[in-house]
Amino acid sequence: MFANYGYKDASGDYFITIDTDKCDGCEDCVTACSLGIFEVLDEDPNDPMRDEPVAIVKNDKKKKLKYECNPCKPKDNVAPLPCVASCKNQAISHSW
Amino acid sequence: MITAGIESGAKNTKVVIMDNDKILCKNMVLTGFDQRLAVKRAFEDALKAGNLSKDKIEKIGATGSGKDFVEIADVNVNDIKAMGKAANYFFSNARTVVDVGSEEGRTVKINENGDIEDFVINEKCAAGAGSFIEAMARALEVDLEEMGPLALTSDKEIGMNAQCVVFAESEVVGLIHAKTATNDISRAIHDSMASRIVSMIRRIGVNEDIVVMGGVGRNPGFITPIQRELNVEKIYVPDEPEFGPALGAALVAAL
Amino acid sequence: MTDKNNQELWRWTESNWANPDINFKKAKYITAGIDVGSVSSQAVVMADGEMLAYGNMRTGSDSPNSARNALNFALKELGADESIINYCIGTGYGRVNVPMADRTLTEIACHARGANYIYGSEVRTVLDVGGQDIKAIKCDEKGKVSNFLMNDKCAAGTGRGMEVFSDLVGVSINEVGDRSLDVEKEPEPVSSTCVVYAKTEATGLLRAGWSTEQVLAAYCRAMAGRIFELIEKIGIEKGFAVTGGMAKNRGVMERLMPMVKLDFMKTKWDTQLAGAAGAALFGNALCKKGKGRKK
Repeated sequence: MFANYGYKDASGDYFITIDTDKCDGCEDCVTACSLGIFEVLDEDPNDPMRDEPVAIVKNDKKKKLKYECNPCKPKDNVAPLPCVASCKNQAISHSW
Repeated sequence: MITAGIESGAKNTKVVIMDNDKILCKNMVLTGFDQRLAVKRAFEDALKAGNLSKDKIEKIGATGSGKDFVEIADVNVNDIKAMGKAANYFFSNARTVVDVGSEEGRTVKINENGDIEDFVINEKCAAGAGSFIEAMARALEVDLEEMGPLALTSDKEIGMNAQCVVFAESEVVGLIHAKTATNDISRAIHDSMASRIVSMIRRIGVNEDIVVMGGVGRNPGFITPIQRELNVEKIYVPDEPEFGPALGAALVAAL
Repeated sequence: MTDKNNQELWRWTESNWANPDINFKKAKYITAGIDVGSVSSQAVVMADGEMLAYGNMRTGSDSPNSARNALNFALKELGADESIINYCIGTGYGRVNVPMADRTLTEIACHARGANYIYGSEVRTVLDVGGQDIKAIKCDEKGKVSNFLMNDKCAAGTGRGMEVFSDLVGVSINEVGDRSLDVEKEPEPVSSTCVVYAKTEATGLLRAGWSTEQVLAAYCRAMAGRIFELIEKIGIEKGFAVTGGMAKNRGVMERLMPMVKLDFMKTKWDTQLAGAAGAALFGNALCKKGKGRKK
């Protein structure tokens, strides 16, 4: 499942997509993100039939991703995003 | 050289007339629905205030979202450029400029000459602009001017969940119903707005010194949380921060 | 605004129903799903995964009571009480306030599962435009979600955004859609997406002499475009169902349809029940998996 967390407003699209088929709930993204965007839950709130833990974007963060993610997205010299880089299964992507 | 800078903004139209580095006079009127008329009135009243005749003005620079309505202009001045020049005029130490207009918020990185090195704009979404605080003041039934001082009297961090102006209005109404103190709500409103601006500053890098221009510069409820979040000792604000862009346009026109 | 106007505003009446063809006493698992939304709350009770009863009510100011009232409303029609329920799942915006729930699930999971029940297994794309959010979900023939997004950050395209406009032009919310279709020539859409700026733009258009209908047409068209952009992000597949309050706004829906280029699916069920029905179905599936209530 592609879980798209975030939003679209008049200024643009700000989604973090987690491919839950690739996510194994290892928590590497939780450790990698210094802004506390991610958490791993034992039960997927979007898929009750799943038995493994899964990463999600925290509820209080998903409405302000454009702002929350800014420290990792300077206008110039963008380094690889820590969350994306940390995921060995390449389950995480950003829309902007 | 005597030049005039005219900023046709969404809310106000401002005029600054300068003789090189000296401000001769200035004026501000509400823009209303007829931008051309507002420009005419603002300019004529500014001339009157400075006891000047129109032919004394050698060059006119126009800026702001309605700069195309300034038909008397000789030069169109990019908003960001005007801002950088104005910040540099007020404070030569300025390296980061924040401007929150009623419909746009911007952060700009400038060099020692006031030239632009980098910038970030939040447009098209009212959550990142002055309209946010205006709408919240209406929901809270507090005069816009009182919002900031009121926020400073609060020592409680309640936080706001909604980002969108429309949803934030409902949230404020909910807080009022829950009998939350007005000053705590006002603080939450300013903190929420300030955190968005701070993140825009972070995108261009926190380069000291930081100058705030535009009407929000007068709002201490907004300046304090920015200072707190960025952990800087001082935020520089000119005496009349709302005239920044018009002044910048006058400076650029003289170049 | 008076209560009576408010009732009219959403063009639906509170309702409850019980299935006369099922004897619930013979059922293995009785499960309940309760969907507490910002405007309405639904409770669906299922017997072994078949619709047994439902109650559909307006959400009051107090979520726990809204959940309980909706459930009791359904059970009343059945002549039973809460004790018959083996498992209960809360969902929706107010899901944390469903006191009798054994667990909660997001609207996303429940909506897709419920749409699969309500529209049948052909449903692949579900669009839900509610009072405060827009959800776009893609699912398989079993109602399992394959792709979703939920936009609850921005009011553009939501029922709340439409209310702001209905207030601006002084036309009640249940008329804005029809009135917007009453134009000779379709105007250009409002260019601002942001509700606040669209409102300023519309005020300018009214001052420039546009009729109320033209302004509403320009706004409904912009909203249809906005909603379309969101569905496009997850991809549109045949088997397209629209739920939520906005489904009743012809002004937006008739402009959305040519963009989507698909017919909207129809159902005998009340589409508002989708979330609660999905929750009740998951309850049944969890019970069958041995993950039901611990005794």
